[in-house]
Amino acid sequence: MEILLHLLEGFGIAFLPLNLGLAIFGCLLGLFIGAMPGLGSVNGVAILLPLTFLVPPTSAVIFLGAIYYGAMYGGAISSIMLGIPGASTAVATTFDGRPLARKGMADRALVAAATASFVGGTISVVLFTLFAPPLADMALAFGAPEEFALMLLAFATFIGLGGDDIPKTLFSIFIGLVLSAVGLDIMSGQPRLIFFDIPGFFHGINFLVLAIGIYGIGEILWTIETSHKGVEVAQARISVERFVASLRSLAGTLKTMVMGSFLGYFVGILPAAGATPGSLMAYGVARSIAKDPDSFGKGNVDGVVAPESANNAASTGSMLPMLTLGIPGSPTTAILLGGMVIWGLEPGPMLFIDHTNFVWGLIASLYVANLFALILNLAFIPAFIAVLRLPFTILAPIIFILCVVGGYAPIRDMHDVWLMFLFGVVGYLLRKLDYPMAPAVLAIVLGPLAETSMRQSLLIGHGSPAIFFERPISGGIMLVAIALFAIPLFRLVRRAARRAAS
Amino acid sequence: MRQAELILALVMGLLSAGLMWKSAELPIGWIPDEGPGGGAFPFWLSAGMLACCIWILVRWARRPTGVAADTGPYIPREARTQVIVVTAALAVMIGLIHIIGVYGSVPLFLVFYLRGLGRHGWPMTGAFAVATPIVTFFFFEAILKITLPKGYTEPLFYPLYDWFL
Repeated sequence: MEILLHLLEGFGIAFLPLNLGLAIFGCLLGLFIGAMPGLGSVNGVAILLPLTFLVPPTSAVIFLGAIYYGAMYGGAISSIMLGIPGASTAVATTFDGRPLARKGMADRALVAAATASFVGGTISVVLFTLFAPPLADMALAFGAPEEFALMLLAFATFIGLGGDDIPKTLFSIFIGLVLSAVGLDIMSGQPRLIFFDIPGFFHGINFLVLAIGIYGIGEILWTIETSHKGVEVAQARISVERFVASLRSLAGTLKTMVMGSFLGYFVGILPAAGATPGSLMAYGVARSIAKDPDSFGKGNVDGVVAPESANNAASTGSMLPMLTLGIPGSPTTAILLGGMVIWGLEPGPMLFIDHTNFVWGLIASLYVANLFALILNLAFIPAFIAVLRLPFTILAPIIFILCVVGGYAPIRDMHDVWLMFLFGVVGYLLRKLDYPMAPAVLAIVLGPLAETSMRQSLLIGHGSPAIFFERPISGGIMLVAIALFAIPLFRLVRRAARRAAS
Repeated sequence: MRQAELILALVMGLLSAGLMWKSAELPIGWIPDEGPGGGAFPFWLSAGMLACCIWILVRWARRPTGVAADTGPYIPREARTQVIVVTAALAVMIGLIHIIGVYGSVPLFLVFYLRGLGRHGWPMTGAFAVATPIVTFFFFEAILKITLPKGYTEPLFYPLYDWFL
């Protein structure tokens, strides 16, 4: 009951003209960003975050949340029309979306993707509304040791479940944490890691500098390299009759949508997993439970519906730990979390007590954004197709300029712009060699919190690390984290043993 | 690819060692009853980075898999020139901001990119080169009150400041 009251209050905030306008605008912007090949929610949120200093935090987070949602919808558009995923989260959508488009049924695939996204979004927001308050209540009892244990768990999921190369994932986590330590030592206030005595390092390295570098500049360089050959835009015929027929044909896929939504939501909560593996898993499950698994990959609508419902549900899922625990569930929410710090909010369970307007305004606006993303998506399909024809040689320089200005804006120091450029180029070079980048972005956001909570815990425990294991909750989380770290080690040992035996 | 894997791991290893050395400017040891010193957190994390690089190097030498076994080019030849030109243009653009400011540098960058790389016509190039700085000015300076760097062109903007800020 209390939840319903809060939610109603939240709708009151979400429907304020400014917030509603920003939600709709954010959806539209997100749809376009998502539809552009190579750009996804994380790029949009990273590049546009500096523009939100104009409005109050609640409006800012509603705007960015809407971009996040819109981009999840939009990703499907380029997957279907170009056969190039709009973002990694829409990779699985190409498997069946592209064959459908080739068969002249692009409209059916687009309608299916939008509808599935809506179902995924709606189911996950309802789950979110129900889960968030009790989880936040529980998290209120957390002290520094629990916080540190949770952060360790977040990093451990990258090692145990991330699926990327282990030493490269670890390297990415470490470098993100080291970059976050630049500036002043949080305890003693002494300058730390001031390279070559350059004064710009005294204010530390803002996470946005790394995020815009990697997801703005690095991403565009990557896209320039991979898309230098022209791509072919599929034809889509759209009429009201065809549209209604497409909608009708979706009735049989409802089961797949619901499956994808639940799967996506729970996978999305895990920091390392998120929307990309969530959508791939949903695709796999849909194929294995289908009566005609052989038709997958050749243009089965279920193959579009499963990943699209899952990636939207996952994006909501990843907001759950961000709001309740202060641990982001995805790179995009890591950037949102960093944004909250810039806006002067302390992420974590206290938000549910001190800033109820912020939390419930955001939750209610997710319902609103989900609806508008669906309407705008269906209404603007022709416009998105036109955008896909926009030459990259116009888009790329505009995005570069946004990155430069966006990198400058938070601290107003050209030093940051140069650092961002450096991170972008190095990030691009590392990414080519399969170094995952998301752990570094998560680490630079969590670094200051992780170090503070670790050192505070050690102070409480008089310098003994036993404190992390003596308390029941932190002890439990630590054990899970250690187990996750051990998974790849266990695999290595087993592989070595097998090789020795053979 | 294989060479790049080696070179990058070596460079990152050197960077890690440098970071360790730099972190050691602050106490990295254990302070009794308090826990680690101010330099310990970055020091041990950099040590972790170094360990990862060594891990990658050992694997590269002993049993190459994935990118370490890939003998193809690091950046495909067809795309290499374009990536390098774009990166250099971006660096020049950022560098020029120090001298002629955002409003001098951005149009030049756009003209170079749209006309030089994109082969778009002059009307299109001109429209973007003129419109982008104007939109940027109104959005960032007039609405957001974020003053962007103008280098030596600062005095030219005094009258605009009087009107809009």
